[in-house]
Amino acid sequence: MTETTSKPKISRRKFLLVSAVAGGGVLIGYAATRPSRHRVANDTLAEGGERFVTSWIRLQPDNRITVYVPHSEMGQGIHTALGQMAADELDADWELVDIEQAPATDLFANDAIVKGFGEELLPPFLMGVVNASALTVARVANLQTTGGSSSVRYTGENTIRVAGAAARQMLLECAAERWGVPLAECSTELSHVHHSASGRSLAYGELASAAAELEPPENPVLKERSQFNIMGKAISRRDIPPKVDGSAPYGIDAHSEDMLYAALRLAPVFGAKLVSVDTGEALAQRGVQRVVELEDGYAVVADNYWRAKQALELVEATFESTENDNVSSAMLAERFDAALAGDNGSEDFESGDADAALEAARDVLEASYRVPYLAHAAMEPMNSTMHIQGDRAELWTSTQDALAIKARAASTAGLREDDVTYHHSYLGGGFGRRLPFTWNVIDHAALIAKEFDVPVKTILTREEDMRQDYYRPAVHSNFRAAFDSEGRVTAWHNRFTGPIQVPGAAHIPYAIPNQSIRVVDVETHVPIASWRSVDHSQQTFFIESFIDEIAHRGGVNPYQLRMDLLQEHPRHRNVLQVAAESAGYGSGLPEGHALGIAVQESFGSIAAQVAEVSIGDDGRAIVHKITCAMDCGWAVNPDGAEAQIESGIIFGLTAALHGAITIENGQVVQGNFPDYEMLRMATTPEIVVHLVESGNPPGGLGEPATPPVAAAVANAIYILTGQRIRELPIGDREFTQTPSLATID
Amino acid sequence: MANFRLNGESRELDIEPEMPLLWALRDELGMTGTKFGCGIGNCGACTVHVDGNAARSCVTPVSAVEGRDVTTIEGLATALGGDELTPVQQAWIDHQVPQCGYCQSGMIMAVSSLLERNPSPSDAEIDAGITNICRCGSYPRVRKAIRALASA
Repeated sequence: MTETTSKPKISRRKFLLVSAVAGGGVLIGYAATRPSRHRVANDTLAEGGERFVTSWIRLQPDNRITVYVPHSEMGQGIHTALGQMAADELDADWELVDIEQAPATDLFANDAIVKGFGEELLPPFLMGVVNASALTVARVANLQTTGGSSSVRYTGENTIRVAGAAARQMLLECAAERWGVPLAECSTELSHVHHSASGRSLAYGELASAAAELEPPENPVLKERSQFNIMGKAISRRDIPPKVDGSAPYGIDAHSEDMLYAALRLAPVFGAKLVSVDTGEALAQRGVQRVVELEDGYAVVADNYWRAKQALELVEATFESTENDNVSSAMLAERFDAALAGDNGSEDFESGDADAALEAARDVLEASYRVPYLAHAAMEPMNSTMHIQGDRAELWTSTQDALAIKARAASTAGLREDDVTYHHSYLGGGFGRRLPFTWNVIDHAALIAKEFDVPVKTILTREEDMRQDYYRPAVHSNFRAAFDSEGRVTAWHNRFTGPIQVPGAAHIPYAIPNQSIRVVDVETHVPIASWRSVDHSQQTFFIESFIDEIAHRGGVNPYQLRMDLLQEHPRHRNVLQVAAESAGYGSGLPEGHALGIAVQESFGSIAAQVAEVSIGDDGRAIVHKITCAMDCGWAVNPDGAEAQIESGIIFGLTAALHGAITIENGQVVQGNFPDYEMLRMATTPEIVVHLVESGNPPGGLGEPATPPVAAAVANAIYILTGQRIRELPIGDREFTQTPSLATID
Repeated sequence: MANFRLNGESRELDIEPEMPLLWALRDELGMTGTKFGCGIGNCGACTVHVDGNAARSCVTPVSAVEGRDVTTIEGLATALGGDELTPVQQAWIDHQVPQCGYCQSGMIMAVSSLLERNPSPSDAEIDAGITNICRCGSYPRVRKAIRALASA
């Protein structure tokens, strides 16, 4: 923790904090916590001369600047992007800026996310965090969550830029006072304040201690886009150099000479309890220390992970039987269909009178869609290392919320949160899997570690990782559309299985006068959670496929129908147009190729995608190219934005072509990559990205590229074959090309 | 006893001959740059070089590298001439290839081996030669970086 020499001065209205740092320098922050919490924390947590400050930015006498980032780096480039936002508002020299992960204490927590989403409308992925925060003093607090494509949108825009702008203004004030000149005559550039009239300049570091004595400005003025020097530039990511030489630490890389390794097997049927284990020859194997029995599984602990994993196979276990022991995907599908047939569900969105429009319709189009469960399959298998010594512990794990995961591990191990030290690491993929309240195995790892006085690293095998996930929900969705005598669509009638995780994902932007969208919640024993883009990944496939069906039924070009029904949504129209023109929509394509289109707004950004597809000699669909136009307002780091869009498309396309987790005998069938196949070099299409600047505030980028791609591909396949894809994945389905339909495009 | 050279240094380990090289590296030697992804030789996150050729260390028993040269991501630069970064590693920075980065040790080892054998691979040769999984989808940038290296 940072030592300070004077009390923080708190501007209560603006939550800006300033504090001198021992040895010179200043911390300037935007208080994530309310000042009252801040004082409580200082009174109860600070030791000796320490003072805690919610510090986003630290200016040092040597003129270096440290930006503390409260979000996890899982490849989305957030450390660099938030660093750019602070540095630009500060007019800092980027070469003098260091970026550090903020420590896992609630003083670096992050209620800007809550403010962004709105306290009354918290997304479900945050509810667990809010409800379970043991250190919560205010109603909403204790968040270091990385998710919901929120880091730049909320933390960056609402706090980090404000802190940077405040710091710059204070440095200007200090310089003006020292020189005895009007502030208006001073300017900032490259970590210096200049007075051009006299040719004088001072480095920020020379002013840092003096700045600590100032009250922070109440309303620091943020830059206009035309004033950006660092934001909006494709700056190299700071996390990449350590990722090319093997030095970047991931949670799984925690290592010590004396550590032990645990291989874990959990009940294959979710929710089943362990009855007994027969350790067999396991304990006689080299290096094996113990077989640990847990409520819902068991672990072999050895001095090498391979030894633990080998011995795990020698253990025979009995789990209690459950009512789900014979549940299969086919049974769940029947349950979903029965629920949709037998229950009108609860309102998601209603306008006009869809039933009446369907009654009066000249033509009605009906379609039933479904998608399966999906695993996250992050490349770094879930793991956690804990070293518990008496009433203190150290924890290493890759997580999307360090603060909450620390709280969870502490609670499971029966320790005080403050007595657990969390060690940050990079994440080998997140995608929603490493949110704290679906990171189930943290509990098992803590309980296993409690049995030993050395560090214990618990690693899930790939098979366990895939079979003990919290899955993207399987969803069924039934549609009806009404057409009047002119062939215009007059009603959109939709019933889908819930639960809803992201409110509004099933809503449509299209100007259809009568809409009835209702959800029927269906319970299963399969655990579900956020999966990159959450409900948008399923709902966009449904909506953008069915609107395409409506276009074809009405004899209207699918692109034109969307444009016609999106008169109130100029940003949607704009990205559709950019993507369509770039992809060559309506112009000459290679023979046998067709274009499918889809558009979706999610997480504050709007993505239109065009898929160029053909049918191979073997009858299988070949995706040649995905063109994406993304209106994300503006991008803090355009190259990073493009990387996220490429990534999101490949993630969505992997699911569309291959992704399926199926259930037999209550258990997940798939266990490793051969049966849960991924896109690879050979199967990845060309990807063309257009960032469309609309002048709107920055939108999310980690997720919005994922939703549209499945429908875009399916819509192209329809043009090629006349076959409508209403179930994912497309998989090895063989198609017969119907050339006559290709002319519709 | 297992004996092999790791990044140029002789190593002797008292381990089972069937222990996969991956776990000898990670757990016995603390060399954590080489990653565990699937355990069945499918994803390529554990790729190392054995006598200069790419090998998936999670399915390579240490007995198979007895007396041979093993190079991991930590020793790649030294093994290929001693510069701070190899051209492949530098291209990975220039083209901003990694995202989460977890698969990239294996990806870089696989690509380095491919380019050693075939300095100017066609797209089809890249597809056939690089079968590693990157869940973040860095593939377009991997291809861009390889093309740049091939034309350099």
